[in-house]
Amino acid sequence: MSNFKTRILANQEISPGYWRMRIQAPGAVADCRAGQFLMFRVQLSLLPLLRRPFGIFRTGFQPSDVDGLPPVEYLEILYKVVGQGTAMMSELHHGDRVEILGPLGRGFDGGEPGRRKILVGGGIGLVPLYMLAEQLVDGSEVRLLMGGRTRDDIIVVTEFERLGVQTYVSTEDGSLGDRGLVTAVLQQQLDADPDAEVFACGPLPMLEAVYGICRQRQVPLQVSLEALMACGVGACLGCVVKGVGHSETSPRFLCTCKEGPVFRAEQLAWDRLDRTEGTCEGCK
Amino acid sequence: MSQQSTAKVSLAVEIAGLRMKNPVMPASGTFGYGEEFAPYLDLNRLGAIVTKGLSLRPKAGNPTPRICETVSGMLNAIGLQNVGVDAFIEHKMPFLREINTPVIANFFGNTLEEYGEVARRLNEIPELAAVELNISCPNVKQGGIVFGTDPQAAHQAVDVVRKNLDKPLIVKLTPNVTDITVIARAVADAGADAVSCINTLTGMSIDVRRRKPKIANRTGGLSGPAIRPVAVRMVYQVVQAVAIPVIGVGGISSAEDALEFLIAGAQAVQVGTANFVDPDAMQQVIDGLERFCIEEGIADIRELIGSLEV
Repeated sequence: MSNFKTRILANQEISPGYWRMRIQAPGAVADCRAGQFLMFRVQLSLLPLLRRPFGIFRTGFQPSDVDGLPPVEYLEILYKVVGQGTAMMSELHHGDRVEILGPLGRGFDGGEPGRRKILVGGGIGLVPLYMLAEQLVDGSEVRLLMGGRTRDDIIVVTEFERLGVQTYVSTEDGSLGDRGLVTAVLQQQLDADPDAEVFACGPLPMLEAVYGICRQRQVPLQVSLEALMACGVGACLGCVVKGVGHSETSPRFLCTCKEGPVFRAEQLAWDRLDRTEGTCEGCK
Repeated sequence: MSQQSTAKVSLAVEIAGLRMKNPVMPASGTFGYGEEFAPYLDLNRLGAIVTKGLSLRPKAGNPTPRICETVSGMLNAIGLQNVGVDAFIEHKMPFLREINTPVIANFFGNTLEEYGEVARRLNEIPELAAVELNISCPNVKQGGIVFGTDPQAAHQAVDVVRKNLDKPLIVKLTPNVTDITVIARAVADAGADAVSCINTLTGMSIDVRRRKPKIANRTGGLSGPAIRPVAVRMVYQVVQAVAIPVIGVGGISSAEDALEFLIAGAQAVQVGTANFVDPDAMQQVIDGLERFCIEEGIADIRELIGSLEV
């Protein structure tokens, strides 16, 4: 797909503060891999200046609104309104012109067929896990553990269920599913099935906890990271994270946009990750 | 643009013996080593390619977060992360060698000796058309801006590089000085063939909820459209002050932006932050320059250079 101008097919609020945008994208179905992201230009002016990175939620076809024309290929992003850029995005409508750069970055490795797959999503971090689930359900049993602060943070879980994914919901305030952290559910799951593989995306403290649990049990883990980005193509070096072996004397940085956003857990220097890494405008 | 109309306008310029198809090139640090943008842009269409700043040894850069968005701009404190001059020669030059566009390597040192050593190594690469000496990075503790803010130190740095270099030498100036023309004269006297101005302006942005600077380095380099009027002013001043060519850089994202610099007297321009916003930005600037010349009945873009009426 690379860099292209296109139009919005739909843009709807699906839960308070959470939005789902469908964008026309020729080639999307063939070109996107689970875990990849795109850079979205909010508007063709100087405010906001930089594009915003978003994980790709899913791709597909919808019928053309003109009789006799072939189906329209699309991709979807989910985003949370947290800043100026995402607030402006929520004002966009069907038919509005937008610019997209993508798909970008390295996606998930599907792991070993037959082995149970546990996907752990925290809030908007659930986004890149859907395409992964689509890919994994053919060869493995897939479970989704979805966590949020309140019920409003639990989004699109029924769509995972439609794929045949078993879902487990937990909220910190107990307003939906189990009360507590999603990581507690992960512990129970891995106690019952230590042979599973784990894929996670969400806030860094959640990922750190997931890493701790998986490392203790020697369970393979892939994580999708969020980072501030300017270019998305590996040129600005603004989105780096510390890789394993990183130290003050021999620093080792990995580019989230190019070498990620999906990393195998053992690639990262977990004890040195900065808590401010992975905080951008509700996106990838 | 039709073939016929393309033939009518010459966008070609020459800087310090460096012939370019058009006056548009990336600003160092915004274009990686070229290959990052190859999927989005025909590199052969550019006037030149300027690569990310190189140091003698690989450099890891600053802690994160390294960037943040500001009003019509961005702050960065990447800290000159780069692969080092030897890895550049081994791993990046093979790609760049295949491109039919002059390649300019940007570089810096921590000490005068390092400046000289990197220059010596770059001088041995026949496919490099020119080098750009960075004496103006605001984000590193050693070297960098120290050489760019003191006329005597700037003169010394250029002098040591000049002694190790036969290629055209462009010196990139910092705006973070009281009078940029003093530094421009110092580097011209020391043997620079051209200057590019400006590098980023030192800035700061604060997260008011956390009461912390938004980037780990506290301060960073401000770039983007927000700095363009400052850059145009400085280019205008430097053009009056020195006899060597000036390359204009600072907040260019359209042909009209580039034209401001050319009319102020710049012989060429560099596009920086706009590459992050739109990887096709330089192509749009080139196309827009050609369109402008056609509309204005200008056969050769050089007619516009320094055409400012005051």
